Amino acid sequence: MQRIGVFVCWCGSNIAGTVDVHKVAEALKSEPGVVIATQYQYMCSEAGQTLIKDAIRDHKLTGIVVCSCSPRMHEATFRKTAAAAGLNPYMVEIANIREQCSWIHKDMEVGTEKAIILGRAAIAKVHLNAPLVAGESPVVKRALVIGGGIAGIQTALDIADAGFPVDIVETKPTIGGKMAQIDKTFPTLDCAACILTPKMVDAAQHDKINIYAYSEVAEVKGFVGNFSVKIKQKARMVDPVKCTGCGLCVEKCPMKKVPNEFNLGMDKRSAIYIPFAQAVPKVATIDPTACLKMKTGKCGLCATVCEAGAIDYTQQDSFIEEKYGAIVVATGYNPINLDQFDEFAYNQSPDVVTSLEFERLTNAAGPTAGTLLRPSDGKHPHTLVFVQCVGSRCDGAEKGKSYCSKICCMYTAKHAMLCREKYPDTEVYVFYIDVRTPGKNFDEFYRRAVEEYGVKYIKGMVGKVAPQADGSLLVQASDLIEGEQLKIKADMVVLAAAIEPDQSARPLATMLTASMDTNDFFTEAHPKLRPVESPTAGVFLSGCCQGPKDIPETVSQASGAAAKVIGLLVKDSLTCNPCVAHSDELMCNGCSACEKVCPYGAITYQDKEFRMPDRTTAIRRVASVNPAVCQGCGACTVACPSGAMDLNGFSNSQIMAEVDAICK
Amino acid sequence: MSHNKETLREIVIETAGVNPRKCMKCGKCSATCPAYDEMEYHPHQFVSMVEAGKIEELMNSKSIWMCLSCFACVERCPRGVEPASFIEAARLALIRQQGKNHLKAEDVPAKLNDKLPGQAIVSAFRKYSK
Ligand SMILES: Cc1cc2nc3c(=O)[nH]c(=O)nc-3n(C[C@H](O)[C@H](O)[C@H](O)COP(=O)(O)OP(=O)(O)OC[C@H]3O[C@@H](n4cnc5c(N)ncnc54)[C@H](O)[C@@H]3O)c2cc1C
Ligand code: SF4
Ligand code: SF4
Repeated sequence: MQRIGVFVCWCGSNIAGTVDVHKVAEALKSEPGVVIATQYQYMCSEAGQTLIKDAIRDHKLTGIVVCSCSPRMHEATFRKTAAAAGLNPYMVEIANIREQCSWIHKDMEVGTEKAIILGRAAIAKVHLNAPLVAGESPVVKRALVIGGGIAGIQTALDIADAGFPVDIVETKPTIGGKMAQIDKTFPTLDCAACILTPKMVDAAQHDKINIYAYSEVAEVKGFVGNFSVKIKQKARMVDPVKCTGCGLCVEKCPMKKVPNEFNLGMDKRSAIYIPFAQAVPKVATIDPTACLKMKTGKCGLCATVCEAGAIDYTQQDSFIEEKYGAIVVATGYNPINLDQFDEFAYNQSPDVVTSLEFERLTNAAGPTAGTLLRPSDGKHPHTLVFVQCVGSRCDGAEKGKSYCSKICCMYTAKHAMLCREKYPDTEVYVFYIDVRTPGKNFDEFYRRAVEEYGVKYIKGMVGKVAPQADGSLLVQASDLIEGEQLKIKADMVVLAAAIEPDQSARPLATMLTASMDTNDFFTEAHPKLRPVESPTAGVFLSGCCQGPKDIPETVSQASGAAAKVIGLLVKDSLTCNPCVAHSDELMCNGCSACEKVCPYGAITYQDKEFRMPDRTTAIRRVASVNPAVCQGCGACTVACPSGAMDLNGFSNSQIMAEVDAICK
Repeated sequence: MSHNKETLREIVIETAGVNPRKCMKCGKCSATCPAYDEMEYHPHQFVSMVEAGKIEELMNSKSIWMCLSCFACVERCPRGVEPASFIEAARLALIRQQGKNHLKAEDVPAKLNDKLPGQAIVSAFRKYSK
């Protein structure tokens, strides 16, 4: 028989306000095995913990129940308390009488009754608890960064500078992300390429950083400190080691009619291409859907001109397997597709563009070499209308996103200002619902657009854009301050499209068992206190994959994630959770049900010799759990049809005892 | 039958079946409205007037008869607010208050002719039928 101590916490008035803690302690005193039951204002305080430690020693307790807040909050605290008094920490049970009781009940009587029941269940469980000893697992001192935008690059640089090797996996042929496509950056208006490309080069030249460009994560196994990742290197048809990036093949390639994704389809590239001049790695890539040689077998010009002999039309996708201690997700964002917003005529007129397209139209390396020209006729536009919140803040409507995309107010102010600065003859309107500029020097920036540059900010939304026969665009909009409906004849309309996570983020989250919100942004472990960690141990978050952000914020988070990774990688080993599964070999029938459900790949099968009751021996296939890989999620215990799988610390009999105690 | 301000507000909101508080005052409805210039109150104002309980003013305004029931505002509203539904509700409240039924379903077939667009009948039915 266990000797159990029960400690009921008031949590100030948090619990004591709706639960009669004296009554709870009194009632639990008479439960079997309970030798002491008491209450105290704050059990987690120094004094509260001393009370528990003294009771463990004085009453020779073999198990304790703390009726307090959620185990997520203070289970670790009370386990340490028990250990300090010489009690095995896994002989501690928490009855959550705060989040699951006092906070959700208003009536003292009901709350008290429920608290007693929860306490009783925990006591029933402690009777069946057994001391457990946590093992240790080594930490692989290498990090993986998925996504090579500014977020991924910054995280990788910071980790590498601390001396740990980092691999960056980037799905595109070059790193750089969206920042490489942006022209100038708010709020300082320095050129994006001038501040980004040195960082790209730093990453490429860092002896601790290895870039897998044009690659994807294909499989993730393992757990914090010991992930095993399969990386798919997509076939470029060019040997990245031999290719010098001279660009001769690009020049000579006769197939020049492929929409150029780097310029968002606003000009053409050749079938063999280097996305932009400062690409890292600067290696050519053949687009197999456009290449004449690959489609028809005829041509092969690039192989003839390539002096390095880098072209290889037979190249296949290849796979690499590598082990990592930590994984950082930095998969960024994309502007949403505007097909559903036909009121803005995006699909009807080339002169209606997204803001990212506008960046390319003003970029010296863009399709118009930096001169702002109307896509339809290449003429200089005189009247420009910018529309904010296109697809953002849509809630209850069938299209768009419910959240604010956060960056659009600032980049629209930037675009409007730059238009007026470079082309003073232009008339620039910005239609806004709210202007949100809560950042350092942000509001000043927006006000400059209005006060110094004379951008016409109008409170109201555009309802309709109608392309006219003369090539202009008729913009019908609200001016809510003047109480007018405006009709503006514009030459160009620029839509600040909402941004959303990359499409590949959801399948990646499944591979990583990392959680996401309903919008497919990765969720952080705690929205305030752990903003760069995912709830899955060893998986960290950097940049827009976690939520819309501008560059300063992205870079801060990227460095924050790096600090967390470094904190993990400096450790030689991690304490394992001893609450892992094990199978009873005598009951296991080797059906594989558990292996199929295990998200961590912790279960394997062995053929073992068993002595049968009739003294013969038989070879049977049985499951065995690798305790270093098992995370104790319990999926296998539910799947096992023969009841052979069980979880330490949460055994079937312990759970049943709790249920029985509740139903008593 | 006449109601006090608060009940009237509740009746209109319930009939419309949409929540005026979802409006973020973007004005996209009024930007879309083809009858804007004919109205003294405009679609985004229908919403704020309902929220503020100014139903009598709305019921007595020309706007509720100028609305074409084209539902462009409903289609474009990013928040699913449906300004036109408030207009319909205000019209209905008025008609019910006056105890009149100006257009009965049985009368419709007789009024149909080649020159009259179907939309006009539908619109008239929405406005004048109880
Ligand atoms: C029009 C416009 C103008 C802007 N102007 C400014 C400005 O002036 N100032 C400012 O501060 N901010 C600006 N921003 C915001 C800025 O673009 C972002 O803050 C920044 O790019 C975020 O970086 P990121 O690395 O998180 O994401 P991204 O730049 O999107 O990078 C993500 C990278 O991950 C890769 N990737 C995605 N999925 C996978 C996968 N499954 N596997 C491997 N790789 C993957 C992508 O190919 C990409 O390279 C602007 C944004 C827009 C749309
Ligand atoms: S083989 Fe393909 S990539 Fe090479 S030059 Fe011909 S079309 Fe271009
Ligand atoms: S469009 Fe919708 S959200 Fe915008 S002002 Fe009109 S009713 Fe309000």
